Amino acid sequence: MITNLLYSFGGLMLFSMGLFALIACSHPLRKILAINVMATGVFLILIATAYRQIGTGEIDPVPQAMVLTGIVVSVSVTALALILACRVQETSNHSLIQRKKDDFTRTGT
Amino acid sequence: MISFEGQSWIILPLILPLAAGLFCFLSRRWAFALSLTAALGNLLSIGVLLNQFLDTGPLTYNVGNWKTPLGIALRIDGPSILMLLMTAVTGLGITLYARGYFAFRIAVPKRIGRHERQERFFWPLWMTLWASLNGLFLSADIFNMYVTLELISIPAVALAALSGKPASQIAAFRYLLVSLLGSLSYLLGVVFVYKTYGVLDLVLLSGKTASGAGMAALALMSVGLLLKTALFPMHFWLPPAHANALAPVSAILSSLVVKGSFYLLFRLWFDVFASAVTEPMVNILGTLGAGAIVWGALQAIRQKRLKLLVAYSTVSQLGYLFIAFPLAYLDMGTHWGTVAFMVLAHACAKSAMFMASGTIFLHAGHDRINDLAGVRSYIPVTVFAYAIAGVNIMGLPPSGGFIAKWLLISSSINSSQWWWGIIVMIGSLLASVYIFRVVSRFFVIPEGYKVPDRRPHSPLLEWPALVLALIALLLGLIAPYPLHILETGNSLFSMVSPKGLPL
Repeated sequence: MITNLLYSFGGLMLFSMGLFALIACSHPLRKILAINVMATGVFLILIATAYRQIGTGEIDPVPQAMVLTGIVVSVSVTALALILACRVQETSNHSLIQRKKDDFTRTGT
Repeated sequence: MISFEGQSWIILPLILPLAAGLFCFLSRRWAFALSLTAALGNLLSIGVLLNQFLDTGPLTYNVGNWKTPLGIALRIDGPSILMLLMTAVTGLGITLYARGYFAFRIAVPKRIGRHERQERFFWPLWMTLWASLNGLFLSADIFNMYVTLELISIPAVALAALSGKPASQIAAFRYLLVSLLGSLSYLLGVVFVYKTYGVLDLVLLSGKTASGAGMAALALMSVGLLLKTALFPMHFWLPPAHANALAPVSAILSSLVVKGSFYLLFRLWFDVFASAVTEPMVNILGTLGAGAIVWGALQAIRQKRLKLLVAYSTVSQLGYLFIAFPLAYLDMGTHWGTVAFMVLAHACAKSAMFMASGTIFLHAGHDRINDLAGVRSYIPVTVFAYAIAGVNIMGLPPSGGFIAKWLLISSSINSSQWWWGIIVMIGSLLASVYIFRVVSRFFVIPEGYKVPDRRPHSPLLEWPALVLALIALLLGLIAPYPLHILETGNSLFSMVSPKGLPL
């Protein structure tokens, strides 16, 4: 039970740290990384639910199937986000990296 | 063994668009033909499913005969078949329009090769998006719904970036981040549900009693879905993403994609966690919805560009869907009925509006509202379609929008919550301001106006918008029929849920 809780709290911590970084950082790459950290946090909580002490009952396969699916989704979405960030930087004259956050949010409207 | 009798039809709405999307990558020349075939086949199979459903009630199908929890189950009940039908009809219209749109752009190119490229990527992305939307409506458990939500956002973001303008790419990037944040929050909620109840199936979940962890899960899932549905004040990403996209893409995003996450949210609140929902919770959503109606409409009135006006109108119209929450909570009889009308009418009307503004943009070369006087002299059908769709958005009889607002107002009186009814009326009034502001410009031909040469174009550019607008208009006349479908559908949940959901 302790192990399960430990991993779950670790996962929650990762999720909230990622959320903070997503809101606080303006650099697109940092935002993408923050999303990835959040996803890892969720997967950690999920895989912790499958934890059983050795010799106590069968292992539940469902959380593992879910985490595998989640990782596949996360990888493909990260690829899309990266390519989109690169493309934004290529087509707009300024580099996104040197822009201030306000600048970045205003351009779209 | 494959037999096309009985419930095997249920996989066709998934397989057909997906296969068409994959084959579109192989053959550029046949892309439109493939997509059109998939769209027609999809409509046919949904017709067959609807027929079966009315005969036998809700259908369930285990893919590959694998049983849950490891297998994937597909299920159809009243609300989901209505959403499938909405997607099929609107999607067919958008498919035809997109053909006319790209043909016109390729014939009169702004930059050589650009529009061919856009069309090449449009068809596979649109077909995969369609398959994922159908997947969401067919899913029977909340984790598969997470996967389909992500599958929806990937092609949706790619489509939003398709126009290639820097503004649209920045908007698409922001859309992607918001949508990922929403999905992750939803996924965390799903994890909490699994930790607490050990099941993911919607029907099984609806039988569980509420607990603290269950409430936390509901809160996390709702925040995620609200972000994706762009409820005020989380709508900031929607207008730039929808207004900067190509016209067929705007129609897809505005009429179908936001409805997917809304459908899931409403389902969670009123079918799955119905016993956990309390009055303060629905009132919060109702208040946000009221804010969306007023704020979105005021912003729409202020816009100088036609597409941004239509996009803000979407923000405003989404508000009505959330006003339905407090009303449905106290007046349980009509909850899916009201929402279904609102969703169906808005999907048809809003896609017609975006198509019409796209056609106007192509012909006039801009979409500055103040300079659009006299447009009706050279694209009359489109202007007529825009006006008819506007009738729907304002909610004048006999349109579907009128029926939806009528149901909202009458249930606000039935449950003695008259203030929501007043918000609905204010919203309609503001809507008529922004609709008439545009339509009056279209119809007035200023003195000394020289009619420009009518550029040749295929009828596909004008007629799909008109047909969709007319469907939305006539929806009010067949009002009892969708309600009948919903009555058949609700038996699935009322069998399990102790509280039951009378309809």
